[in-house]
Order: sequence, then C-alpha cells, then structure tokens
Amino acid sequence: MTSILRSQKVREVFFQALVLSVVAALLVMMVVNTRASLEAQSLTTGFGFLERSTGWDFSFSVLPYSISDTYRKTILIGILNTLLLGFLGIFFATLIGIVIGLIRTSKNALFSMIGTVYVETFRNVPLILQALFWYAIVSHLPKPRAAYSLADTVFLSGRGLYFPVLNIALWSVALMLILFIGWLVFLPWLREKMQHSTGYYRVRNIGWLLLPLIMIGIGYFARIPETPLVDMPALKGLNFRGGMRMPPELSALIIAIALYGGAYIGEVVRAGLMSVPKGQIEAGFVNGLKPFHIFSRIRLPLAIRAVLPSLTNQYVQLMKATTIGIVIGFSDLFMIISTSINQSGQTLELLAILMGSFLVINLGIAFVMNTINRKMALKGYEVKG
Amino acid sequence: MSETAYPAPPQTPFATSVRKSLFSSPLDCLVTVVCAVLLCLLLYHLVDWAFLSSIWTEEDEPLCKEASGACWSVIDARHRIIFFGLFPFEEHWRSTVACIVMIATIVASCVPWFWSGLKLSVLWITGFAIFYLLMHGGLFGLSVITPERWGGLALTIFIFAAVSLIGMPLSIVLALGRRSRLPVIARLVGLFIDFFRSLPLLTILFTAAVITPFLLPGWLQGDKLYRVIVGFAIFFAAYQAENIRAGLQAIPAGQDEAGKTLGLNYMQRVTRIQLPQAFRNSLPAIVNQFVITFKETSIVTIVGFFEILASGSAAFGTGKWTHHYIEVYVFIGLIYFIFVFSLSRYGAYLEKKLRVGHG
Repeated sequence: MTSILRSQKVREVFFQALVLSVVAALLVMMVVNTRASLEAQSLTTGFGFLERSTGWDFSFSVLPYSISDTYRKTILIGILNTLLLGFLGIFFATLIGIVIGLIRTSKNALFSMIGTVYVETFRNVPLILQALFWYAIVSHLPKPRAAYSLADTVFLSGRGLYFPVLNIALWSVALMLILFIGWLVFLPWLREKMQHSTGYYRVRNIGWLLLPLIMIGIGYFARIPETPLVDMPALKGLNFRGGMRMPPELSALIIAIALYGGAYIGEVVRAGLMSVPKGQIEAGFVNGLKPFHIFSRIRLPLAIRAVLPSLTNQYVQLMKATTIGIVIGFSDLFMIISTSINQSGQTLELLAILMGSFLVINLGIAFVMNTINRKMALKGYEVKG
Repeated sequence: MSETAYPAPPQTPFATSVRKSLFSSPLDCLVTVVCAVLLCLLLYHLVDWAFLSSIWTEEDEPLCKEASGACWSVIDARHRIIFFGLFPFEEHWRSTVACIVMIATIVASCVPWFWSGLKLSVLWITGFAIFYLLMHGGLFGLSVITPERWGGLALTIFIFAAVSLIGMPLSIVLALGRRSRLPVIARLVGLFIDFFRSLPLLTILFTAAVITPFLLPGWLQGDKLYRVIVGFAIFFAAYQAENIRAGLQAIPAGQDEAGKTLGLNYMQRVTRIQLPQAFRNSLPAIVNQFVITFKETSIVTIVGFFEILASGSAAFGTGKWTHHYIEVYVFIGLIYFIFVFSLSRYGAYLEKKLRVGHG
C-alpha cells in the first residue's frame, strides 16, 4: 500500500484527476447558478430571441436599419461597424507607423527626434483618453451652417463629415469588392501556374483593363432608379441632406486608433528596418545601386518580412481596442451587445456571441497575416539581428 | 614650406558628431533647418498656449473668453474632484498620503536591493495595507469610507496596485503550470491563458461587473469593485505569464539538471534556480506589461468606476466649466504621462543594463 502511495506516477495521476474534478465542479456550479438565477427572472435560454425585433435605436450603421430590426440583424450591424472601425483604424495606423518608423531610423538626429517625440507622446497616454479628447475636438467643430467645405462637395462640421456617394445598390458594392479581392488573390496563383511566361503578363494586363469596365457595368445595372447617379450632400435648413455621413464618433475613434496604433507600429517598423543586416546594404552599394533602390529593393522588403509577426500582434491588439468606442457612444459590437443584454436579459447567449465574434475576427487577422508571411518568406533566408 | 606649418584645427568629438548627425550633406542641412523651424514653431505655440497666454486662477475665469491660451482656472477650481473624486472633503489628506505611500512602494520595488521574493512581498503587502487602512479607515479613529466613495487618482492607483498584487503571484503559477510535465495541467492552464488573451479587456471587466452575479453563488460575489479587480488581475496574469514563460524557456536545461543532481526538490529548483533567472531574462517585458496595465486602468471607467478619467470628465461637466474640456484632458493626460513615461524609461534603462550584463 505504501509503495503505491510513494509511486510518483500514481501521485501525479491522482493530482491531475483532482485538478480536473475541481475545474469540472466549478463549471457545474456556474451552470447550476446560472439556471437558478435565470429561472428567478423567468427568462428562457436559447438563441430564439435573435428573431425578435429589438425596438431600440443606436448611433451608427453601415447598412440601412430600423428599430424594428431583429436582434440577429442588429448584432450583424455591430460586427460590421467593429470591422469597419478596426480596418480603417489599422489602415491609417499602418500608414502613420511606416512614416514614423522611417523618421525614427533617419540618420539626421533632429529629424529622428521628431519621431521620438511623436511616439512618446501618443504611446504614453491611454487610448481611451485620446478617444475622448478627439471626440471633444471633432464634435465641437462649427455648426453645419459654418461648415468647412472642400469645393462644396465634402463638408466637415460638428455633425460629422459629409461626402458624395454613388446611388447604387449595396449588393453591387459587395460584388465589386469580392471581384477585386478575388482578382488580387488570383494573380499570384496564376503567376505561379504560368511561371512568369509572356502569357501571364498578357492576361494580367487585359485583366487590369477589363476589371474597371466590368465594375462600371455592374454599377450601371445596380443604379437605384429615379435618382441622380451621384448623391451630393447639400445644406438644407439646419443640417446637410444627401451624401454619406461619417459621424464624429467614428472619425474621433479612427483618429485616436490611427495615432495611438501608429506610435506602436512605428516602433515595430523601426525594429524591422534596424534588423536588416548591414552586409545586405553594403552589398547593394558595391553593386552600384542608388540609395533609393537600396531602400526599396533591399532594406524595405527584408524589413517587412522581419516585422510581419509583431505587426500581426499589433493588429489584433488594435482590433480589440475598438471596444472602447462605447465611451463616446459609437455603436460597435460591444455596445450593441451590452445594450442587447440590458434590453433582452439573454446574458449568456449574447456574451457567447461577443466572445465568439472576437475570437473569429482575431483568428481571421492572424490567419491572413500568417498566410502573407508564409507566401512572402524567402526560402532559406532568415533576417538576423 | 613644411607640412607642419598648418596643423589641423583641433576638432572636439562633439563638433564631429554634430556635423555627422545634422549636416552631413546639403540635403541633410535642409532637413535639419526645416525640422528646427518646425520644432521651434511647435514649441513656441505650446509654451504660448500653456504658459504665456494662459489664465491661471479660478478668480480670473471671466478673462478666459478673451485669452488665446489655456484656461487653467478649471484645474485650479476643480483639481480636488480630479484627484479625489467623491472622497469626503475633510478626509482628502488620507487619500493624498495613501497615494504617496503606494507610489513610494512602486518606486522602492524598482530598486534592485528589494529584488527577492520575500522582500518584495513584505514591501507590497505593507504598502498595500497602509494604503487600504488610510482609504478605508475603521481603525485608529479614522472614519469608515466605503469603496463606492473612492475616486480619482487614488482609485486608479488602488486598481493598479491591487491588480499587480493579485496578478503577479497568479502569473507565476500560470507560467509554471503551462510548462508543467503533467499534460492535464499544462493543457488546462494553456487553454485558460489563451482564452483570456484572445478577449478584449473591456469584455472581461464587463463580464466581471455585470455578468458574474449570474454565474457565482451569493457568498462568492463580493463587491463589484473587487470582482472587476479580480477579472483585471486574471487578464494581467494571462499576459504576464507568457512573459515569464518566455524567460523560463530561455534558461538552459543544464541549470535545472544541475539542481536535480544536487538533490533539490521541485519547489527549491523553481524558487532558487528557475524563477530568478526567468525574471532576469524577461524583466523588460514584465515592466512593459506593468506600463500597459497602468494605462488600461482607465478602461474601468466604462464599467462605472469614478477613477481619474471619469472624475476628470465630471470636473468640466457643470456650469461655466463645460468649455474647458481640452485643459482637463491635457491635465489628466499629463498625469498618466508622468507615471507611464517614467515606468517605461525605467524599463528601457533595465533593458540596457541587463544587455551589458550579458555581454
């Protein structure tokens, strides 16, 4: 008996079983408690509520919506809003980050100091404070009557940014987008397949010519009847009518995420540029390349490959950071879900949707970035520090 | 004429470095001049706005309309709200002393002399106990002030300190658990860490504040503030555990084997061999996580706590102060900046120092 107790293996198995049963007991306790509290509030569990209409309004939507929409559609709008904010924020943050990374690696001490000041300013203040700050600035812009305008087509006021759009159906925009992305994915595949032959370049050039024509065709068929082709914003009474409106909540969040993310991405880009071995650059000089070509053909491509993993990390972080939109009332997924929980009481289901959506979005970013990383990786070459 | 007649002008290393870094080519000169002009303009406008054309006292508030600079009157009038929130006015000294004690604790833990498990634990538990005693009261004739009335900077520091105090030991347990030889433990801990890392902090805080009352029996719920702190601490620990794990993985296997040969048991090997080296290896990343955590304390404002960001918004929320939001935001931003910047500089200093040590 004592020999069994002494055996390390037996003790290990016993210990693991104990931990497993404690975890299981905790989970069971949570489920029991949840059911009890749900019964106390006489709520039904399950996802049936998704088909009920919500009956409440929210601030911004990429799709047309009404307060009689179902929970399913409202949550979908929340996801689309989060994606829109995330992608625009990440896009501008990347642009700023590249510029800041270049400035920071400049040999000119004063020039690189500007980059340092930028990074230290925007990285050391909480994002949520920056969002509040920009929201205060953007929403205190002049009233629509005194709006800043660009050739009377784009207007910037405290109510938001108004710009002209085409009067075409939404499905056609989606179709064009799919077509364009499909073409971009198809090209590298075709190049691989046709092995850089002349035929490939012919197909590519014809494709680039045809693509806009096809898009114009789709747009023509998808015109909303009895409306002008271009919907221009114009001042009617106290506010603008027509065109597309970017509300101050969205612009403030995009500015905040772009500036904050730009500081972080700038550091990533700088690290990437510094990680390119000196020998590579010297080899470029020896071969008589101009400084610009050394940068664009040697330094930048190697740096991009070096930073992709940490860039993925930053993108995921920025995507998660979009949830702070609630603090200035932007109806992103988090805000929609928390309002839904307040209104419908379907706490656990909605929480599961929220967590599941973020998991899928983040895994999606990681998947896309890892695919790019794999495709771009140079065979048998590793950037060394 | 001999060549020695014209000795080369003595060139100080400083002048050389200036010429090299600022005026190495005509283009470089142009860039330098343009940057200098831009920086001077920026600096001039900043100084002008903040100091030269600004209004400083509460009594001078009527002058703010004409002034082109900042209206610091709002800070003069409302700084107590920003720093103390709803804390009773006559007890503000307690909040102040508590903050100073906690900041002193944080600064002290940056001194290498304190870097041992025992000393750090004693330091932090003492510092935290004094902080809590001063804030909460109930002993030595101090009146009781419940956490609902805590606010401002003190609440921010309290959340940061409590999250660190709970999160740090938890992160060590998680890091060791993930590297455990026992498959069930390693998998469970791995799942736990990855789950919490994949979620936005706000989701976790929201769950802790609003949804855990559904999940937990009454006796386990506790106050909303403590639930949020525990949720935050778990989130912090999930990230910190990965930093510590990276440090653990960088230790050569021979170190642990040497410990085994000497007959040390698991606990001795962990506390004497593995953890000291792991902390040394990933100290910059660990400090960086504290930096991020300090900034993220601002998110608790969304789940309804009156920390410095919320109390700042309250400071310009009423009457004549509604137009002075920029001054308040800049002021709060400056407070965050002082904390976060000094912590991150300290991290950078450590990184440099440790790199020298490794040779």
